[in-house]
Amino acid sequence: MSPTMTEATVVTLKIDDREISARSDQTVLEVAWENDVFVPALCHYEGLGDVGACRLCLVEIKGSPKLTPACAIKVVQDMEVITLSERLQKYRRSIIELLFAERNHICSVCVSNGHCELQWLAQKLGVDHIRYPYLYPKVSVDASHERFALDHNRCILCARCVRACDEVEGAHVWDLLGRGVDTRLISDLGTPWGESETCTTCGKCVHICPTGALFEKGKSVAEMVHARPRFAAMARVRNNSGR
Amino acid sequence: MAKARIATVWLDGCSGCHMSFLDLDERLLAVAEQAELVYSPLVDFKTFPDEVDVTLVEGAVASEEDLHKIKKIRAHTKTLIAFGDCAVTANVPSMRNLVGKKAVLQHAYFELATLDPQIPTLVVPPLLDRVRPVHDVVKVDVFLPGCPPSADTIFAALVELLAGRMPDVPALTRFGK
Amino acid sequence: MTPEELTLAAEKEENGSRAFEHIVGVCTSTACLASHSDKIKKEFDAQVKAKGLTKSVRVKAVGCCGLCAEGPMVYVESQADAEKAAETRTYAHVSNEAVPALVDSLGAAPVADLACDTAQPFFTRQHKIVLEHSGVVDPERLEDSIQVGGYQALLNALTTMNPADVVDTIMRSGLRGRGGGGFPTGLKWSTVAKAVGDRKYVICNGDEGDPGAFMDRSVMESDPHRVLEGMAIAGYAVGATEGFVYVRAEYPLAVKRLKLAIKQAERAGLLGANIGGTHFSFKIDVRLGAGAFVCGEETALIASIEGRRGSPRPRPPYPAASGLWGFPTLINNVETFANIAPIVKNGAEWYAALGSGKSQGTKVFALTGKVKNTGLIEVPMGITLREIVYDIGGGPFDGHTIKAVQTGGPSGGCIPEAYLDRPVEYETLVQLGSIMGSGGLIAMDDTSCMVDVARYFMEFCMTESCGKCIPCRVGTVEMHALLTKICEGQATMTDLEQLEELCDVVRSTSLCGLGQTAPSPVISTLRYFREEYLAHIEHKTCPAGVCSGLKSGAVKAKEVVA
Repeated sequence: MSPTMTEATVVTLKIDDREISARSDQTVLEVAWENDVFVPALCHYEGLGDVGACRLCLVEIKGSPKLTPACAIKVVQDMEVITLSERLQKYRRSIIELLFAERNHICSVCVSNGHCELQWLAQKLGVDHIRYPYLYPKVSVDASHERFALDHNRCILCARCVRACDEVEGAHVWDLLGRGVDTRLISDLGTPWGESETCTTCGKCVHICPTGALFEKGKSVAEMVHARPRFAAMARVRNNSGR
Repeated sequence: MAKARIATVWLDGCSGCHMSFLDLDERLLAVAEQAELVYSPLVDFKTFPDEVDVTLVEGAVASEEDLHKIKKIRAHTKTLIAFGDCAVTANVPSMRNLVGKKAVLQHAYFELATLDPQIPTLVVPPLLDRVRPVHDVVKVDVFLPGCPPSADTIFAALVELLAGRMPDVPALTRFGK
Repeated sequence: MTPEELTLAAEKEENGSRAFEHIVGVCTSTACLASHSDKIKKEFDAQVKAKGLTKSVRVKAVGCCGLCAEGPMVYVESQADAEKAAETRTYAHVSNEAVPALVDSLGAAPVADLACDTAQPFFTRQHKIVLEHSGVVDPERLEDSIQVGGYQALLNALTTMNPADVVDTIMRSGLRGRGGGGFPTGLKWSTVAKAVGDRKYVICNGDEGDPGAFMDRSVMESDPHRVLEGMAIAGYAVGATEGFVYVRAEYPLAVKRLKLAIKQAERAGLLGANIGGTHFSFKIDVRLGAGAFVCGEETALIASIEGRRGSPRPRPPYPAASGLWGFPTLINNVETFANIAPIVKNGAEWYAALGSGKSQGTKVFALTGKVKNTGLIEVPMGITLREIVYDIGGGPFDGHTIKAVQTGGPSGGCIPEAYLDRPVEYETLVQLGSIMGSGGLIAMDDTSCMVDVARYFMEFCMTESCGKCIPCRVGTVEMHALLTKICEGQATMTDLEQLEELCDVVRSTSLCGLGQTAPSPVISTLRYFREEYLAHIEHKTCPAGVCSGLKSGAVKAKEVVA
């Protein structure tokens, strides 16, 4: 058992006025999901280090003037969390809309149509159109890898692939280059994926990608189904044995 | 009670949304009991009527003609529905926004031409610089995403609208469906 | 160097200086250097040598004396003799050609053409603590700093105070972070002092990035030992043995002088192992930024020092608990550290007595924009903005009127003329919709378009966003597009609504301070100058005549109502 497990105590807190008990080493997001409380998130994934980047899991915590990312804050005794309010829903919808406006997400011709977390969240949060002007950036597709491809048009920069490759596979093929809206996912030092000397072709990045940015070659529209449960099991094994 | 006046129009899209509309099949009769189709590519009216209760707009706004039409339609429609992903998001037609109008015309009328390559200036309406979703041009009242929205979705939305209620769209459909 | 040796060294330097009848100080800080003041210094050296005056005249390079608009600046300090009292003459706009005349004037009448009136409010209204030795000491000579009392506060603290006393002194002084946020410095120190860790670090944030700001640059270039001394005192107070100065690579002169100063201080036993013969050791290294504004944010800065991509992470944990390589870390800004030695030397009460409200001490501002005197100034907290703009800054150019003052750079806001009588205090500036910020202060007159100003700052935030969180990464781009649309006269009222909505989204949901404050210039200009936005949108008119393609000139009151 890991040292944090033994040190953790049991706390009780309120999520949306519901009394809930949790371990003190859990994050608010983990506890919410464990108790079937819907909190949207795109950059979080079980087994990966949290970065607090997508801002979808922002919640209100009583006593704090600012909104807090549920993935980056541990539960404490008597904490009162609000996960659902008009304000939070409004912000979540805006963030989803900004993502759709940023790159070129054409759901109807996407390999992940029907298996995409961005598409699913849009529906779940009631985003039925994008109010912000689309940016239409001209970005590329890297199909140099023998088995997989990367389509920047669909990348939301959640960096799950970066962390999965670094933290679970231990290869650190992926990283981010540039800044702001010009940030791009790169393999190795910006060389084509197919020429990567570090990629083990394990496919973890492909299966953890929330959208259709990373996909298996040969898959057509709506055929890219992510094998996520398998990944979670791998991450658990790796994280537990690493300690 | 007078029947509601319904119209459908087809801008820059593949007509798939209209095909889906035809997929209402026998439910078309149920709709016809409450509504009258006053303008549509499916029927033979030449001009858009002055007063329409509900217009379903398929397709993105891609040409001068689309722009002209949609403004006119908006002016004569009470409830305007962006019908399908092309109308809602500009969808596949918007993919030309990545390369620009010039490159598209060049490819279509020069690179692929086998005889007398030229860009037509008559009959074919000039393209806009950018393909735009309908709400970028005129006010839209209801968004019905989907590529295409299923017949069930269309029927459920129409039933609600004809009853004077707003449909719960996210419960029916999503982008790309 | 022990405290006794330090005192002796100071005396020796003082006597050495007195041997010269005249001391000529040539400003070699960035602004004057840009006007080739290094050549002027060489010319002085050559002339003094040629005229056989090397025994009576000392020529030295000094740091910034503030009035950058009038540079290159030169001062001449003359000793008292039987006939005259001691005097200091200041010259502005000095050129190479003027040097012979200036050398000839030593001991005679001053060169009237170049004389700079130091009795003008620009000089008399300032109160210098941070900059007290800027423009006086040669930043590349440790002895100069020692002569004016450098490192005395450090050795005093090490030999006569325990760390808790030092923290208590800073706490009672009321000093607040000068980087912009205004967090009480003493409280931060005490948090780090109490934090448990095998190691602790002190970081000096010199990643000054606001457009038009050069306060920290000037301090690092003009008086680097003052910063190092403050860091060492902080290290002693919080229990750290290692420090880093994080300087942006665009400040090569500051980097050079800091590195030199560290070497000099280490050689003199004032930094490094067993400082002043005590058990306290403190090592300082310089780390260079690679040109990212976001690395001024403390967690991004730490990531950058660690060699990782410079992007911020959610807090808590705060660096005070888990900072550099996971150890408790104290991060303060350059100007904050530059305040430490005088506080320790003169006492908390002396410092707390300066200023007003909850803002103690002084603040350094880089005064720029549409005023006559631009440059680097240090003023007591509580001074009014009007005094800064009209007295120190000399007011607007002839025929123009001041419209607003911008403080806090891309994270701050515009304060309209009507509020210029408010005091410079952290809380007051926040109430007015701006912030103290790190010290950028831009005066704007009737030729400034407030929509264009907002657009300018949004462009800055857009290109400097690190790209990690969605609202800042994409929201700033969308806001910039909307502001551009307004400037071009293409916008509708719906666009304005969307702009205001995005301001709220980006402010409330962004990960770090850069994103959370990115909408501030828009929010504050909308608050005070909404009619300028409406003029662009509804009347296709730019009242200031800045936005090309639009009509210029005022919109008649009647039209605005309509």
